[in-house]
Amino acid sequence: MGNEILSTVNWSRAQFALTAMYHWIFVPLTLGLSFLIAFFESIYVKTGDESWKKLTKFWMTLFGVNFAIGVATGIIMEFQFGTNWSNYSWMVGDIFGAPLAVEGIFAFFLEATFFAVMFFGWQRASKGFHLFSTWMVAIGSNLSAVWILIANAWMQTPTAMAFNPDKARFEMQNFADIALSPNAVHKFTHTTSSAFLLASLFVMGISGLFMLQRRHLLMAQRSMVVAATLGLVASVFVAFNGDESAFHIAHRQPMKLAAMEGLYTGQDKAPIVAMGVINMSKKPGDDLPAFYQEVKVPGMLSLLANRDFNSYVPGINDLVYGNPARGIVGAQQRMVSGKIAVAELGRYKTAKQNGDAATAASALALFNQNKEDLGYGYLNAPEEAAPPVGLVFYAFHIMVGLGTLFPIIFLAVLFFAFKGTLDSQRWLWWVCFGCLFLGYVASQAGWVVAEVGRQPWAIQGLLPVGVATTNIAASSVQTTFFIFLALFTALLIAEIGIMVKQVKIGPEE
Amino acid sequence: MVLGRTLWKLIALKLFIIFAVLKLFFFSNFLEKNFHTDLERSAHVLDNLTRTPAPP
Repeated sequence: MGNEILSTVNWSRAQFALTAMYHWIFVPLTLGLSFLIAFFESIYVKTGDESWKKLTKFWMTLFGVNFAIGVATGIIMEFQFGTNWSNYSWMVGDIFGAPLAVEGIFAFFLEATFFAVMFFGWQRASKGFHLFSTWMVAIGSNLSAVWILIANAWMQTPTAMAFNPDKARFEMQNFADIALSPNAVHKFTHTTSSAFLLASLFVMGISGLFMLQRRHLLMAQRSMVVAATLGLVASVFVAFNGDESAFHIAHRQPMKLAAMEGLYTGQDKAPIVAMGVINMSKKPGDDLPAFYQEVKVPGMLSLLANRDFNSYVPGINDLVYGNPARGIVGAQQRMVSGKIAVAELGRYKTAKQNGDAATAASALALFNQNKEDLGYGYLNAPEEAAPPVGLVFYAFHIMVGLGTLFPIIFLAVLFFAFKGTLDSQRWLWWVCFGCLFLGYVASQAGWVVAEVGRQPWAIQGLLPVGVATTNIAASSVQTTFFIFLALFTALLIAEIGIMVKQVKIGPEE
Repeated sequence: MVLGRTLWKLIALKLFIIFAVLKLFFFSNFLEKNFHTDLERSAHVLDNLTRTPAPP
């Protein structure tokens, strides 16, 4: 029975991860390319140069292909909430309902309306109104993304809610506090700026291909320069709000930060691991080395986490077993209060069913004293509070490594464009083409850090993934997993095929 | 416009698969389907929360 439940949990996880990662192939290009197109069209309207219009329409065609393939892929995740994650979806319904409803409204009314004008209104709308519509598509699509990111931020750092033990639901106490929580703000800014970065790489990649094929050279160079400019600005924002995110994670999700750096033993002047080969066999509490090889920069993790070079950064062992000397309460101790919370919730439920008001009152009081650690009450061992360290570590370092490379590429493009020698840097065109794919790798790696790093939690500290799932047969989840795999693979092949064809056709000459 | 027709066909096919096949046959809402009232749903979830869980 236990193995069956575990199998259901893991297949449900795998299915959600699959759907989310496929969805995230299409979304960042929509978010970022919409703004690039708006910039291209603005240049056309400003200059009146018809070649900029042709350039805009070319990128708009690729945007349309990506949008058409990607649209509604996200809705499948909402289906999964209701089927595979029924406990979770019931408990968070009051919190998620408003943001997801607003996302739908923004997407439908704002984005879709102006989308129609953008695509079909070239001959029907004035230049000014068409340009306005293009900007509204860009703004609307990014504003749509806000709401799901607010929901995700709340999962990571739950706030402004109260648990109703009669309804088994978290009830929203303050919408503004949820929508404007530091994590929500960082998540939105980091995600959207990374999308602009990816779109810039996409445009530069295809432009690089045109340069290599000696086709549409003027259009390719113009596109590269605009994309490199946006990409460089976006890189600065990505770095800045990535740093802010990490600072916030250090204080609200310290286990995630420790996993990101493979830090098992907390220390003062904690180093950042610039690169390393992590020991995948290492577990919390054992004596194995954390790394086979590593290159460290002393003090930098303390600076990142606490803005204090000399400060203490807790390691995985501190957070699992506790460190009284440092005032760190570990999962081991939290499990004690968590199990009291779970037991008292059960006692409250039984007392209410029996009409025993006195027992219900005392059970509720004890539950409320311990409810902050409710999620820990469901763990079987304190080591379960740690996420898969290797996966989080490598995903984080791949993301940061590539995020460091990309602005160098943008600067190189702008440098040679300024010098007037961009059209003779064949090596750079190859690099741009290669970075198109690396952009997607970095983009996915970021979400792996965010979502694998929060394990075992569906709601940080309050609901582990193992309790969030529906009690259904693993076989049914397996079936839909493979249906999704087939469906999304077919969609991806279709997108790539149609995109490649449109790139071969190229812009109007 | 050939591309436009192709994309519309893809969108229509995809939406049909998502809403008419997946949603109808594979993704019923568990709580809506198996319980009639919010009281029953909350009782079910509360039962799950107060039962010994599977390891994460």
